[in-house]
Amino acid sequence: MSKEPILNVKEVSKAFGGVQALTRVGFSVGEGEVFGIIGPNGSGKTTLINCITGFIKMDAGNVFYRGKEITNRAPNQIANLGLTRTFQIMRPYYSLPAYKNLIIPLFSPRARKKGGWRGGGKLGDRGTVAIDILEEIGFERDSFVPYKLASSLPTGYLKRLELARCLALGPDLILCDEVFSGLSMSEIASMVPLIEKLQMDGITLVMIEHRLRELFRVASRVMVLNFGEKLTEGIPEEVMADERVKEAYLGSEKLLDYTFEA
Amino acid sequence: MPSLYWNRVISIVGIYALLALGFDFLAHYVGLVSLGGSFFIGTGGYIAAILNKSFGLPPALTIPLATLSGAIICTLLLLPALPLRGVYFAIVTLMYPLVLFRIIEALNILGGTDGILGVASFPNTWVEQYLILSIIIFALFGLRRLVNEDIGLVFRGVKDNDQAVRASGLSITFYKAIAVFITSALGCLGGAYFVHIYMVAGISLFALDYSVIPIAATVIGGGGTLVGPLLGCFILVPISELLRAFGTLRIVFYSVILLAFIMFRSEGIMVYAQRKYHQFERWVKI
Repeated sequence: MSKEPILNVKEVSKAFGGVQALTRVGFSVGEGEVFGIIGPNGSGKTTLINCITGFIKMDAGNVFYRGKEITNRAPNQIANLGLTRTFQIMRPYYSLPAYKNLIIPLFSPRARKKGGWRGGGKLGDRGTVAIDILEEIGFERDSFVPYKLASSLPTGYLKRLELARCLALGPDLILCDEVFSGLSMSEIASMVPLIEKLQMDGITLVMIEHRLRELFRVASRVMVLNFGEKLTEGIPEEVMADERVKEAYLGSEKLLDYTFEA
Repeated sequence: MPSLYWNRVISIVGIYALLALGFDFLAHYVGLVSLGGSFFIGTGGYIAAILNKSFGLPPALTIPLATLSGAIICTLLLLPALPLRGVYFAIVTLMYPLVLFRIIEALNILGGTDGILGVASFPNTWVEQYLILSIIIFALFGLRRLVNEDIGLVFRGVKDNDQAVRASGLSITFYKAIAVFITSALGCLGGAYFVHIYMVAGISLFALDYSVIPIAATVIGGGGTLVGPLLGCFILVPISELLRAFGTLRIVFYSVILLAFIMFRSEGIMVYAQRKYHQFERWVKI
């Protein structure tokens, strides 16, 4: 972890009408780190990501990305800085083939400026670049899967497509909103090395997860949210030993099964 | 030699075809349902008439100038409505022609209810017809190409899933504005053309026909195919002229034909034809 955090979130608050979704939540992530955000359903994890990436305007608080304030800026501006996100409910372009889904992020100012093999360059063929990225994320190049309509792809591939859409932007930081949810055990098992590879490529990851066992394999620090408030933060082992965390997860017996192993 | 009357019908079909192309592009590739046909026709028409009458420019200059400036004006006026979707955007686009109609009528500007008379015409009917036909062919194949380019994929992305486009680092308002610019340029081109055909620019340019007939043509021709709406115009507009023999009952027969299409071929001619074509293709012996 370097000295200057790549993402610094300070005292973010957000209320939907009378419901206080987030109350002064703050955390910071170092460059190259994998940071986990966990918490029971409705604890404000997705709202937090929406606030950071500009999809929802926050009521109070500040977000700094590489020391630069990005509070409440437009989502497309934030994405162009290299701070990308996946959606929990996948949002592919259903009427387009899988690889054409990636041409849209490859068309963004950031990807075009980056050029090279990722951006397709000035005269580059974005379709070829898209296939390269899809292969990297687990779509077999020589199969017909990358050419199938996104509407006919199974959930596992759609989750990968969400990640690929982020990768096409050449991101420095990806906020992953439950990439493991809705997947079978074997699909999850094949996703974990992908996450590890992204980390090895130097991409910082912030992961919202319910699959704690898999999360703890990759995450170095986790933060626990409950009812929009930050309960605690620290290395997974310490966090899971915390009494308040056990209480927050109501089926706390179940939690004990998930306790730290590695 | 066909009569002058049917010569004129061909030009009018061309103008409706431009509007229908724009509507289909905006509705099926960008996801904005526009009822602004008469808005575009009126804006383009009045600009061309003013340029011709007040500045003495020939049609060869007024038409491109009216197309560009009209498209810029229409896009700027529609800019606040761009975050809206579906029927809400349609209402705003429908509101503008009604408002402009009343403003011109009430303030008696731009010739008031008489309109701007004595606008220059085309040199002869050959230029008038072949120019519009080549323009619609150019517009059709240009748009077909555009929607399959990378930027066209962005348009389709905006229709499919605008939040994902924002997460991909692209401003949806910017791309919607480009699409509205293209559509309004087509409409303003039609309006300018119309004014030079009839040599008058009146408040009838804001008539709702220009908003509604392109939609009917899209329904008949098949939405999302681009060539379908064009075909729809070539069917609907001449039919409406033929039905003039029935006098006031014209609208009744017209509605029955439209209704029959919607009941029995609701997908539209082109979509139906494409489907059948692909079916036949599989039956070919190898």
